[in-house]
Amino acid sequence: MSTASTSSSAATLADPLAALPGRKTDLVPLLVIVAFGLAAMPLIGSSSTWITLTVAALAIGMMLFIMASGLTLVFGLMDVMNLGHAAFVAIGAYAATSIVAPINPWLTSESTVQNIAAVVVIALVAMLVTAAVGWVFERLFIRPAQGNHLKQILITIGAMIILDQLVLVLWGANQMLLPLPASLRGSLLFGDVAIERYRLIAIGVGALVFAGLVLMLQRSRIGLMIRAGVENREMVEALGHHVRRLFVAVFVAGAGLAGLGGTMWGFYREQFTVSIGAEVLVQILIVVIIGGLGSITGCFAAAILIALSTNYVSFLAPDFALVSNILVMVVILLWRPRGLYPLAAQ
Amino acid sequence: MKTKKPSLFTQILSGDFPRSRLLTLLLLGVLVYLAGAPFLFSGARSLNVAATICVFLVLAASYDLLLGYCGIVSFAHAMFYGIGAYGVAIALYKLGPSWSALAIGAGAAIALSAVLALLIALVSLRVKAIFYSMTTLAVASAFSALVLRLTSITGGDDGRNFRLPEVLTPGFRLFEAELWGTAINGKVLSYYLVFACSLLLFLLMLRVVNSRFGRVLEAIRENEFRAEAIGYRTLLYRLTANCLSAVLACCAGVLMAVWLRYVGPQTTVSFTVMLNILLMCVIGGLGTMYGAVLGVVIFVIAENYIQVGLQSLSHSLASVARLAKLFHPDRWLLWFGTIFVLSVYFFPSGIVGKLRELRIRFGL
Repeated sequence: MSTASTSSSAATLADPLAALPGRKTDLVPLLVIVAFGLAAMPLIGSSSTWITLTVAALAIGMMLFIMASGLTLVFGLMDVMNLGHAAFVAIGAYAATSIVAPINPWLTSESTVQNIAAVVVIALVAMLVTAAVGWVFERLFIRPAQGNHLKQILITIGAMIILDQLVLVLWGANQMLLPLPASLRGSLLFGDVAIERYRLIAIGVGALVFAGLVLMLQRSRIGLMIRAGVENREMVEALGHHVRRLFVAVFVAGAGLAGLGGTMWGFYREQFTVSIGAEVLVQILIVVIIGGLGSITGCFAAAILIALSTNYVSFLAPDFALVSNILVMVVILLWRPRGLYPLAAQ
Repeated sequence: MKTKKPSLFTQILSGDFPRSRLLTLLLLGVLVYLAGAPFLFSGARSLNVAATICVFLVLAASYDLLLGYCGIVSFAHAMFYGIGAYGVAIALYKLGPSWSALAIGAGAAIALSAVLALLIALVSLRVKAIFYSMTTLAVASAFSALVLRLTSITGGDDGRNFRLPEVLTPGFRLFEAELWGTAINGKVLSYYLVFACSLLLFLLMLRVVNSRFGRVLEAIRENEFRAEAIGYRTLLYRLTANCLSAVLACCAGVLMAVWLRYVGPQTTVSFTVMLNILLMCVIGGLGTMYGAVLGVVIFVIAENYIQVGLQSLSHSLASVARLAKLFHPDRWLLWFGTIFVLSVYFFPSGIVGKLRELRIRFGL
């Protein structure tokens, strides 16, 4: 029956998609980012420094994106602003340190394959732990305050404090170490430009996560439901889908991604304390705001932009790194008040 | 019919009575304690506690103006408080101890807070209230990073010590004789300066929230769309409330600097201060003004005793290592956070709300 109706409508229209007001690909934000990067070049002077800074910024941007992606999706889908999201970053990084000891033979072995496998296992376990925490978190702190922004902000901030303190109870207040295995350390030389291996890996993983998320959202049935839920939740519910369950799944996955981001960030810094989460919270929030709440593409673009501005400014005037992020945010919001890639529904 | 002229008392409180006998008693107790603090207790520490309560009273009440009456969560309140404190500190440090330096510092700080609050609100409040919370969080953390980094101006991590005009220094005596066993020195004078300013600012805020302006704010909090439909420019009201609250927080900062003769990043712009203010307002009861008073008093008392209590609990649990860790005094933030979340869940109307409920039920 349904196939018959689609084929008949396809027969009447030569190209059925052409008649639909589809979303135009908006390249302006991308051009802005490229222009921003190029504009910084003369200020920095040496081109090899510029390349090093830019690659580092891309790596950090990818990690920021991974940490922030869950937050933006959760907001888009359920109108829930979880300020405690940064605690997942800390939990991911701390969980990773706990797996270092049991997997140490692989980490310290000569073989590159074993090294990489060890890092992958660490990241996966950290993701699982964080996702489990995310599930409990949703029950305790998100569900009771559903639909009340004021309560949500207050409770999730309180929840972040509680989680951070619990991390300290479990792991202690000392500085944690998360050393990279030998084969992932060091730099590759391109001419006179040295690029750290781990940065390239981070960029690769970030690009993979981005591609995976976009594919999932655009091409899969779950993605279809998520997008539909973001646009109009009541309608999806009325059609008989369990948006609540979908939301929990997205929340847990988002927490897991934040855990992955935290692990990567931990490996990047190699040593950290519990403030690893709170330190990136502000940047994550800025990324989510200027990306456009609920938009994965926007989140990606914003993460890169913020990382670029942080890196360039901390090279040029270290005191003003965070201030430059605020300035970028202000300029973007004045230009596009709802973010780089706003969603149609909001 | 002749309209009755409101009594003096009604005028002072702007017609907003505590509406609960227990609450009235508690508030009177606080007032008597604060008014007589230099004579009731001896020692610098207890006077310091009283002055802290005075200052935080203004700070929490001005936050309540925003959180309780407008329903918007700002994380930049501690920043405005810090601007006030640093404004006075920097002016007195650079220009020397004079009243004009104090006035210049306070004036500049107030102007800066108003402009900054307006800018933040213009950028973020236009779109969505939730943007505002996130933006204020970002701006506040950038500001505190800046305070720490710009060492030549702010003194960085060490903060700034500075001298006050002579009248307010402990060495100054108003008259030689002692009054009820207390020497009336500059410290007592500056306490009363802080106390009087705090009381005035609090009554001013009471006036604001009970004016037509305050009613419109509450209307916007309850239903922004409807308020706009009636014809109020909601953005304008929110902007004004935002600036007003920022300026009042800045005043609290000025008072704190005058009292302590020192400013440092930990006691002004840090996120912990912001959380303290939040907890004070939530515990006391949002949107009541009197709630801020009770919240501050309870918080300051608890702050002094919670760590002691945890210490003894931790010692008695020493045999169970995990539990002892949970109650370690360094983990007081854990309990603080738990209390905070629980009070948002179970006492959304705070202590004042509960007390008023008691009056309705039992006539207390």
